[in-house]
Amino acid sequence: MSTAAIETYGLVREFKKGPRAVDAIDLRVEPGEVYGFLGPNGAGKSTTVHVLTTLLPPTAGTARVAGHDVVNEGAAVRAAIGAALQEAALDPFLTGREHMTLQTALHGIRGEDGRRRADSLLGRVGLTEAADRKVRGYSGGMKRRLDLALALVHQPRILFLDEPTTGLDVQSRSALWAEVQRLASDRGVTVFLTTQYLEEADVLADRVGIIDHGRIVAEGTPEALKAEIGRPSVEAVPADSGDLAQTKDVLARFGEEVASSPKGAAVRLSGGDAQLADVVRALDAQDIHVEHIQLHAPTLDDVFLAKTGRSLEGAGDGGEEEETATADAGASRQLAGQEA
Amino acid sequence: MSRGTFTSVALAVGWRNVHNYFKNPAMIVPGVLFPLFFFTAFAGGLSRVDSVPGFDYAAGYTAFVYGFVLLQASAFGGIFTGFSIARDFESGFSRRLMLAAPRRSGIIAGYWVAAVTRAMFNVLLITVVALIAGLDIAGGPVDLLGLYTLALIVNAAAMLFGSGVAMRLRTMQAGPAMQVPAFLFLFLAPVWVPYELLAGWVHTAATVNPVTLVLEAGRGFIAADPVKVLPAFAVALGLAAVSVLWARGGLRSAERAA
Amino acid sequence: MSRSTLALQVGMLARRSVVRTMRQPAMIVPALFFPLLLLSINSSGLDSATNLPGFPTDSYFQFALAIAFVQGALFSAGSAGTNVAADVETGFLNRLSLTPLRRVALLLGQLAGILALGLIQAVTFLGVGVVFGAGIEAGVLGALVIVSLSLLISLAFGCIGAFVALRTGSGETVQGIFPLLFAALFLSSMSLPRNLIETDWFQTVATWNPVSYMLEGIRSLVITGWDGQALALGFACATALAVLMLAATSSALRTRMMRT
Repeated sequence: MSTAAIETYGLVREFKKGPRAVDAIDLRVEPGEVYGFLGPNGAGKSTTVHVLTTLLPPTAGTARVAGHDVVNEGAAVRAAIGAALQEAALDPFLTGREHMTLQTALHGIRGEDGRRRADSLLGRVGLTEAADRKVRGYSGGMKRRLDLALALVHQPRILFLDEPTTGLDVQSRSALWAEVQRLASDRGVTVFLTTQYLEEADVLADRVGIIDHGRIVAEGTPEALKAEIGRPSVEAVPADSGDLAQTKDVLARFGEEVASSPKGAAVRLSGGDAQLADVVRALDAQDIHVEHIQLHAPTLDDVFLAKTGRSLEGAGDGGEEEETATADAGASRQLAGQEA
Repeated sequence: MSRGTFTSVALAVGWRNVHNYFKNPAMIVPGVLFPLFFFTAFAGGLSRVDSVPGFDYAAGYTAFVYGFVLLQASAFGGIFTGFSIARDFESGFSRRLMLAAPRRSGIIAGYWVAAVTRAMFNVLLITVVALIAGLDIAGGPVDLLGLYTLALIVNAAAMLFGSGVAMRLRTMQAGPAMQVPAFLFLFLAPVWVPYELLAGWVHTAATVNPVTLVLEAGRGFIAADPVKVLPAFAVALGLAAVSVLWARGGLRSAERAA
Repeated sequence: MSRSTLALQVGMLARRSVVRTMRQPAMIVPALFFPLLLLSINSSGLDSATNLPGFPTDSYFQFALAIAFVQGALFSAGSAGTNVAADVETGFLNRLSLTPLRRVALLLGQLAGILALGLIQAVTFLGVGVVFGAGIEAGVLGALVIVSLSLLISLAFGCIGAFVALRTGSGETVQGIFPLLFAALFLSSMSLPRNLIETDWFQTVATWNPVSYMLEGIRSLVITGWDGQALALGFACATALAVLMLAATSSALRTRMMRT
């Protein structure tokens, strides 16, 4: 019997008249692990989560969560998991406490037990004072915290978090990270976390799976993945913007060009860290005064770029409807540029 | 140069709204459907009412109802344009318009162009249906000119009223604030029976309601028996003039908030 | 940890449904105000219609009172549908799907909100009717029957709203069905008794339209007293629509809460 918390074999989810949102994914998450599922918008992260949390049946393949098959043992899976999905999924007309009362009751935690559990969780996420206010008045961060508290009501062994910090300010994000780390380290909860933020995956995840167009393109610890890429990049910003082209030419001798700030040039060093001194000497030989020079260690974005040829940031499908945008744009152009 | 700019602003805004209107069936349906329902329900379901003693309208009950429905379609065509303006404010598109347009009053004119186009489309559809249903318009070309001019003035007044509300509140929640007054003006009038047959508090309300004059004049045109033409036009133009001031105030309010 | 019982689940969801309905005055006020406003306008505006030979009463207000109950039910469709659509759009339905909640409990719970609003409407319209002189011929017992029939009608239309919301997941679409429901009301014996409708096709449509019988059932208790046939037809049409829409809503919920 497998001891994995989450495992999938050839998991597929197709939608009618659409591409495969999840395309034969194999993954395995051990108990107590924080697994980061990283990818751009439209990569298939949320669909994968919906399948693993029994909200969508797979089209093909198998998935087991907490030792139970997601298709045939859905109720057992749901009893073992908690989920905070992409939407905060709250009723704006109920208070935080009323949400907790409803959730505890539905999970069969009644009376005094239910009240204690609710108070404890509300306290843990810092919502005791706001508990009796309607959710409509909550900030985005407060809604996310309540969402997390509701997911933990029945003390699940496995927690699914679908982009939990999207749209949150820095403070709220840090608070949520701290809570996730605490859950994993103190309580041994397995956390399956989807995110499009590199930093989040780097900070929180024990292992990362990078998904693109429904397929896992890379998997491993953040350090191992970055070490695969191996080589650092150097970015130089010339003091005189007129020297930019020349700076680029010089740097081009040391490796292939990578993305940089608009005022600078950057390359991935073919020879590693040791080449930095050569770069500085070469720039000096051309009499290029450098305002700023920096060595960048590889990031998960570099990993994504190496595997897919695209940068993770900005790689997602916009997916925006533009039925009337043409008309709007036309009107704006006319307004801005028209004469008699 | 300045007059041309006003025109180009108006045409650009008008074109965009008309384009969006015809590309989006969900916008067309309410403006056409509700007047048609009323027409069908009243002309079909209440036709016996013309047998009530004292009901004196030569053109028949279908024409009697058509007069109201025409007014309703014109008024609500203007109000629904107000909805579009509110939506533009809520989405932020209005800010873009106000930043880009050299003559901002041209924006209101543009919305009016759209309102007129929408109203003409709705009225055409409703008239075709009414004719198929047996509407008999006794009025000649001059009467019809008078009838549809009156309808256009009502459309403009309603649109300007709606735009004033939309520009002050700048949210789709402004919908009821536009619809309810329009609804009350329309329905506290001789909708189903002539003014003389109204009873109770509605009779009192209709006595002071300016729409009563407009409605009676419209019905007179249909029956080739023009009545109260000058007072009706005076009232309609007066309402439109007040609505212009209201809309201008709304524009100032929106400019301050932008 | 014990699973919650069905009764507890229904109770919790019902409480939630009622609470959230009551916390939305913007839904309750129009549902009360507009039918009463239209009742008032229609009564004055069409009072002369009572002079038509064969009109069953001297008071158009008494005749039109039944319309308020059915119009109120249309607003129920809107509010129920809007609330359910919000649950779909916000993902709250997904949250409920991840609990041991049984689908039937969710359905019954939602219905509680519909019935709560329906009860407030029925009592209000009845009260206004009595205060403004529309005597209820069938007496106190008849008033109770009016409330029951009205609740059944609210349930039927409420389920229409919930069904559309579950099928489409869109509050806008729910609002979009309003014209269709109003059409059903207009194309009935809403404004005149069926035997006084002059236009043949309209009379045919009104005769086939189940809303006519719902109106006539309530109307009979107000104007006539105890008319067995009218009551039987009214209850039959309301019950049939309610059962049909309940089944459709249940099916739509099964599809929407597509958990394995």
